[in-house]
Amino acid sequence: MRKHGFNLGYFITEGFQSIFSHGLMSFAAVCMIVACLIIMGSFSLLAVNADRVLTEEEEKNEFLAYIDENCGETEIAQLTEQVKALPNVASVEYTSKEEAHDAWVEEHPGGLELPVNVFRARLAVHVTDLELFTDTVDAVTSLAGVADYSAHSELAQGFVAVRNAATALATVLVTILAAVSLFIISNTIRLAAFTRREEIGIMKICGATDGFVRWPFIFEGLILGVFGAIVAFLLQWGIYTIVMNALANSGVLSLFTPVPFASMWLPVLGMFLLAGVLIGAVGSGFAIGRFLKV
Amino acid sequence: MIRLVGVYKEYDNGSKALRGVDMRIDDGEFVFLVGPSGSGKSTIIKLITAEESATEGQVIVNGYNLNNIRRWQIPFMRRTLGVVFQDFRLIEKKTVRQNLEFAMRVIGAGRREMDKRIPYVLDLVGLGGKSDAYPDQLSGGEQQRVAVARALVNNPDTIIADEPTGNLDPARSLEIMTLLERINAMGTTMLVVTHERELVNRFSKRVVSIKDGSLVRDVQEGGYRL
Repeated sequence: MRKHGFNLGYFITEGFQSIFSHGLMSFAAVCMIVACLIIMGSFSLLAVNADRVLTEEEEKNEFLAYIDENCGETEIAQLTEQVKALPNVASVEYTSKEEAHDAWVEEHPGGLELPVNVFRARLAVHVTDLELFTDTVDAVTSLAGVADYSAHSELAQGFVAVRNAATALATVLVTILAAVSLFIISNTIRLAAFTRREEIGIMKICGATDGFVRWPFIFEGLILGVFGAIVAFLLQWGIYTIVMNALANSGVLSLFTPVPFASMWLPVLGMFLLAGVLIGAVGSGFAIGRFLKV
Repeated sequence: MIRLVGVYKEYDNGSKALRGVDMRIDDGEFVFLVGPSGSGKSTIIKLITAEESATEGQVIVNGYNLNNIRRWQIPFMRRTLGVVFQDFRLIEKKTVRQNLEFAMRVIGAGRREMDKRIPYVLDLVGLGGKSDAYPDQLSGGEQQRVAVARALVNNPDTIIADEPTGNLDPARSLEIMTLLERINAMGTTMLVVTHERELVNRFSKRVVSIKDGSLVRDVQEGGYRL
C-alpha cells in the first residue's frame, strides 16, 4: 500500500493556479477580507487610542481631602500615613493652606486678593483603579482629621463607563466581522470547489485521499487570507497616518497624544496575518467538506 | 477478485436497485455485465467503487471487504481499480500527459515514475504521439483511449469500464474493446458494462446479464441475451 507524504510544493502551486483560474472571484474575496480587516483594525486602533486617553486620565485622577483646622503637624503627618496605607491609594501629596494660597495667586495673576485663612490644608490623593474611586473617597473621609473632600467621582465613573462600552463594542464588532469574513471566504472556496467538482470526482475515483483533495483548497484560502491581510495592513497604515495628520491640522491632537503607528505596526501586522490565516484556513476547511463525499 | 454475496441495494427514495445479487469475478477474467437501462448495472459499479454501500449482503473488492471498510481505507481500495466512463471525464484544460500525471500524482507518484510510466501507457493505447494534445483536439475514440490510459496508468488489478463505447461509432467502439481485451490479456481483470449487443457477441467472453436488480444469466463465452 503506497502512501504519499505532504507535497507542499504541489499544494501551493495548485492553490495559486486555482486563485488565478477564477481571478475575479478571488479578487472579490480578497477585497472583502481587506474590508473586514480594515474595519476590525480601525476599531482596534481606536480602542488602543481610547485606552491611552483613559490611562492618561487615570494617571492624573485625584481628589482632595481637606484637613480639619484643629489638626497639628503631628496629626497631619499621621493622617497622611493613614491615607497612604489605604488600598487603591497610589500617592498622597500634602499642601498647607499657605501653599494653597500661593498656588492660587500664581494660577490667577491679577485676580481677587484672598486671605490665607480662606484656604484649607489638603491632601491630594491619587487613586490606582478608577472603578474603586468612590470606595476610596469613602475610606479617606471616614478617617479622623478629614473635614471635607472635593472629588470629581462622576467624571471618573464616566471614564470607566466609556472604557467598558468600548471594550464590549469591540468584542461584538470583532466577532461579527470575523463571522462575516469566514462566511465570505467559505463561499469563495465553495464556489472554487464547485467549479472543480468533476476534477475532485476524478481524483477521488483515482484513489486520492480526502487530505490530498482538501489541502490545495486550504492553501488557496490561506493565500487569499495572507494576501488580504498584507494589503489591509498597508492600507490601514496609510489610513491611520492620514487620519492622524488631519487631526493634527485640526488641533484635536492637543487634547491627547495618539499612539504612533510605528510603535504598534508589528502587533497590527501579526493580528491581521493571524486573522487572515484563520479566516482562510477555517473558511476553506468548512467549504470543501461536502465535496469530499464521493 | 470481486465478490458480491446476496447483495441488496435500496436507495433513500425507496427504489430497489438490486435484489440479492451473487457474483464472483476472478483475477484475470474479462466479464461483460449487460442489461437494460435501470436494471442495476450502474449500482453494481457504484458498490464496487464504494460510491454507494450495500443495504444488505457483502461486497469484497481486491481483498477489501467494503461492508466494514474504514473511510480512510477507501482511497487505497480504489487504487486497485481503474475506472473508464462513457463520457471520458478528461480534464479539458490539461494535456493528455497532464491528465495522466494528474491520476498518478493523487497516489503519490514521483516525477521519475511518471516519466517512465506515462510514455509506456500512451504507446500501449496507441497515443504515443499525442501526449501534448488537449482533449478537444482529439477524436472521441482517442479521448476514450486517453481515459483507458488514465485508468491503466496506476497499474490497477481491475479495470471497470462503464459503457466505454456508448459515445463512439461502431469502428471506434471495436477499437476500444480490442484495446481492453489486449490489456486483459496482460493480466488486468476487466469488468465491462455495456448494452451493445454486437460488441458482446463479437468477443467471446463471459457475459453476466442483469434484469430488474437480479442476475438472470451468467455464461462463459456467451452472447448478449437477457
